[in-house]
Amino acid sequence: MARLSLHINGNVHGIDVDPETPLLYVLSDELQLRGPKFGCGLAQCGACTVLIEGRAVRSCVMPVSAVREQEVTTLEGLGTPQKPHAIQQAFIAEGAAQCGFCLSGVMLTAKAALDENPKASDGQIREALSHVLCRCFVHTRMMRAIKRYQAGLV
Amino acid sequence: MKTQFSRRDFLRSSGALVVCFSAASAVRPFAMAQGPFDTHRSHIDPERLDSWLRVGSDGAVTAYTGKCDFGQGMLTAQTQLVAEELCLPLYKVKLIQCDTSVTPDQGTTSGSQSTPTNFNSESLAQAAATAREALVGIATQRLGVPADQLVVEDGVVSAKDGRRINYGELVGGRNFEMPVSATAKRRSPGEWKVLGQPVPSIDSVALMTGTFEFVHNVCLPGMVHGRIVRPPQRGASVASVNESSVRHTPGFIKVVVRKNFVGVVAEKQWQAAQAAKQLKVEWNPGPRLPEQSSIYEYLRKQPSREAMLVDSKDVDDKLKSAARVLQATYLHPYQAHGSIGSSCAVADVQAHSATVWSATQSVYPTRQGVSDLTGLPVESVRVIFVRGSGCYGLNAADTVSYDAALLSQAVGRPVRVQLTRKDEFISENYGAACVIDQQAGIDASGSIEVWNCETWAASLGGRPGYDRPGNVITGMLAGFDPESVIPRAAVEPTGELRNGSNAVPSYVAGCVSGKCGGTGSIRSERVLMHAVNSPFFTGPLRSPLRLQNTFAHECFLDEICADVKADPVAYRLNHLSEPRLLEVVRTAAKAATWDARPSPKRDSPRTGVARGRGIACVAYEGDNGYAALVAEVDVDQSTGRIQARRFVVAHDCGPISNPEGLRNQIEGGILQGTSRALGEEITWDNHNVTSTDWNSYKTLPLGIELPAIECVLLDQPAAQATGAGETAITLIAAAIGNAIYDATGARIRQVPFTPERVKAALTVRG
Repeated sequence: MARLSLHINGNVHGIDVDPETPLLYVLSDELQLRGPKFGCGLAQCGACTVLIEGRAVRSCVMPVSAVREQEVTTLEGLGTPQKPHAIQQAFIAEGAAQCGFCLSGVMLTAKAALDENPKASDGQIREALSHVLCRCFVHTRMMRAIKRYQAGLV
Repeated sequence: MKTQFSRRDFLRSSGALVVCFSAASAVRPFAMAQGPFDTHRSHIDPERLDSWLRVGSDGAVTAYTGKCDFGQGMLTAQTQLVAEELCLPLYKVKLIQCDTSVTPDQGTTSGSQSTPTNFNSESLAQAAATAREALVGIATQRLGVPADQLVVEDGVVSAKDGRRINYGELVGGRNFEMPVSATAKRRSPGEWKVLGQPVPSIDSVALMTGTFEFVHNVCLPGMVHGRIVRPPQRGASVASVNESSVRHTPGFIKVVVRKNFVGVVAEKQWQAAQAAKQLKVEWNPGPRLPEQSSIYEYLRKQPSREAMLVDSKDVDDKLKSAARVLQATYLHPYQAHGSIGSSCAVADVQAHSATVWSATQSVYPTRQGVSDLTGLPVESVRVIFVRGSGCYGLNAADTVSYDAALLSQAVGRPVRVQLTRKDEFISENYGAACVIDQQAGIDASGSIEVWNCETWAASLGGRPGYDRPGNVITGMLAGFDPESVIPRAAVEPTGELRNGSNAVPSYVAGCVSGKCGGTGSIRSERVLMHAVNSPFFTGPLRSPLRLQNTFAHECFLDEICADVKADPVAYRLNHLSEPRLLEVVRTAAKAATWDARPSPKRDSPRTGVARGRGIACVAYEGDNGYAALVAEVDVDQSTGRIQARRFVVAHDCGPISNPEGLRNQIEGGILQGTSRALGEEITWDNHNVTSTDWNSYKTLPLGIELPAIECVLLDQPAAQATGAGETAITLIAAAIGNAIYDATGARIRQVPFTPERVKAALTVRG
């Protein structure tokens, strides 16, 4: 066990934890965060995605000790129900969900890619999402929402 | 204190002029997910109004439903329904879903039955209509004004003289103490203000902001974590379990063994995961699995439970005398539900009671299963539905609920069980592998005069229901037998046509006992189904058997069209008789600007990329929704890759409750169907399934080039409401298969249409 200090959604949390524990388990079990979810535990689907210093990272395979002092943002850290972030607003406007379990992967991966390259082409956006899964297949609405968010960026 | 309504009060209210002004747009923007709530009196008995809803002192309504939402939109649509019947804005209705302590037993949320069950003239809809009439009845007494001079708006009853009384004042906080009336007048679609509107999903904001509570987020005081150790081979049994191999691992609590069920409990999830990995179990090997390459021949040879659905008795003679006879065999693999989230459940089993938080589609049957597994009386078990990730049928939600109950009982503490991705893939009840033989006789004019269909569907286990916990893997491992096929010879069909699995093609008359319940005109007909024992668990996967059968029927119909050089749309119209099915075919063809001509396309290139179009149609389950769909695809003839370019669907599900939700379901169904048609297939080796992750089971990711999807919704306000979640997906494999043929002249009769199969078909095309 080790005492770690984590910077999550603007707050600092001190946690006693096995440093090999995947970040996802700390976020969901210790901090009761609901955004990142266990989909596969293999970094294949994206449901556990968080932003670390603005980059999309799959928290199910990242040991919590590797996070160090970096700022972690989860889906609920992006905006709030009262004041959703622009990409969350875009997804709400497009009705871009069914079960909603995959949304951390879809939204945070798209946000990271577009924040890095606001003028990304459709092909570049597709490339960024080529390893993100949604099994309700809300693909059409999600791509519309991502384009809507992008239109507000540029 | 109770408020009693006499039968006379109730009847007096009938025929009241009820004018609703509630608007769908009045939805409160930040509605939250289902939270904790108290039980209430008089629940369970579906004949009683108080089982279905309650009016609070603030006039807001809490309604109770046995049909739950997995992302398919039933939360929003049912809330609209209650709001509509009670003339309330959406935000004044809170819907409690599927909890054995408070909601009526409506069986399983499945089979596109939620809308028919709760929106037609019974159950939730009739309860809400009963409540509205009762409330108006009390208002007439209180205000001394006849019902036809009262106006109801947003839960307030007003007289012309300006006096107003709201629902809270009329009955708030008290029970109705009356039966649900079978004659309470429903609001007609022409009067609808909330239903019929494109209402956004009520849980949308919570989902998008990561605040929605899934079953994966349920957290109880003192809760610990469990992981499961499944047998490494199908049918393997436990020889020995070496608890000392993990006893000293951090946080270790217990190894739980129950016959062949093995699990580990630890304080933290990571600790449980590590212990499950390290636990040394010796297994007695299971029997060798049938070779995947010959599975379809294997299925044909198994003892069979036969069902003859139609038999005009002249099929053999007609086939002998027909001008031409065509025949073909279609093959459909086992496919996974493949929920994006591996299943999870939380159970708190104490000495005399148990509570399970579960994403099951069937809270009451799951309660029975937990009772069977734990030995607790069924009345002492409570199962509370909390949404999981989309399930599309019987995924591992039921089995993980059993897992959690067994582990919790063993340690006497609340246990959360998270399946791994591999557990999920090897634990679930797959969509059935099917073999479908088709044979048709064509007369001299080129019309079909006889259709003969014989199907073999793999079957083992399934929904546990109220008496078969062994129908899912945990129950079986713990010692309960799964339902297996008991061979039985076919008998002559009697009663009405049963086409719930769409085994009977749309083009035959479907005559049973002299009554023709089919949707087509062909009078010489025989359909024989075989259920045969499966080496793997099977269970309903979105459009179970309906999809497999429709793939075979609609592709075979196209083969006939090609043989007689007929246009596939015109030829369908010539052989169909059901007006709603005819209408969707015409509408889809028109919306797609269908190029009327025989397939294959004459001037299509023989190399490089070729484009084609195909159509398919279905009367889902015979009469539970109608759809026709045109697919346009590109076939890369050098790689064998299929790229869907455009789908146009015409869809009729009766009166449309929520066009926004409906479109979402159709669009998702179309792409899910595309993924299943192009790549999804369970694979195995000699001893176990080898599709255990997203590399070995192919699904279309977000980053694909997306086809255009156009939906034409045919609203039928006068018709009964039908299901809508499974209709479009039923058509995709067939329409894509027909489009591939149109583009290339290559017919592919086996799903999925992988590049290898496409290339193989191209090499043997005419």
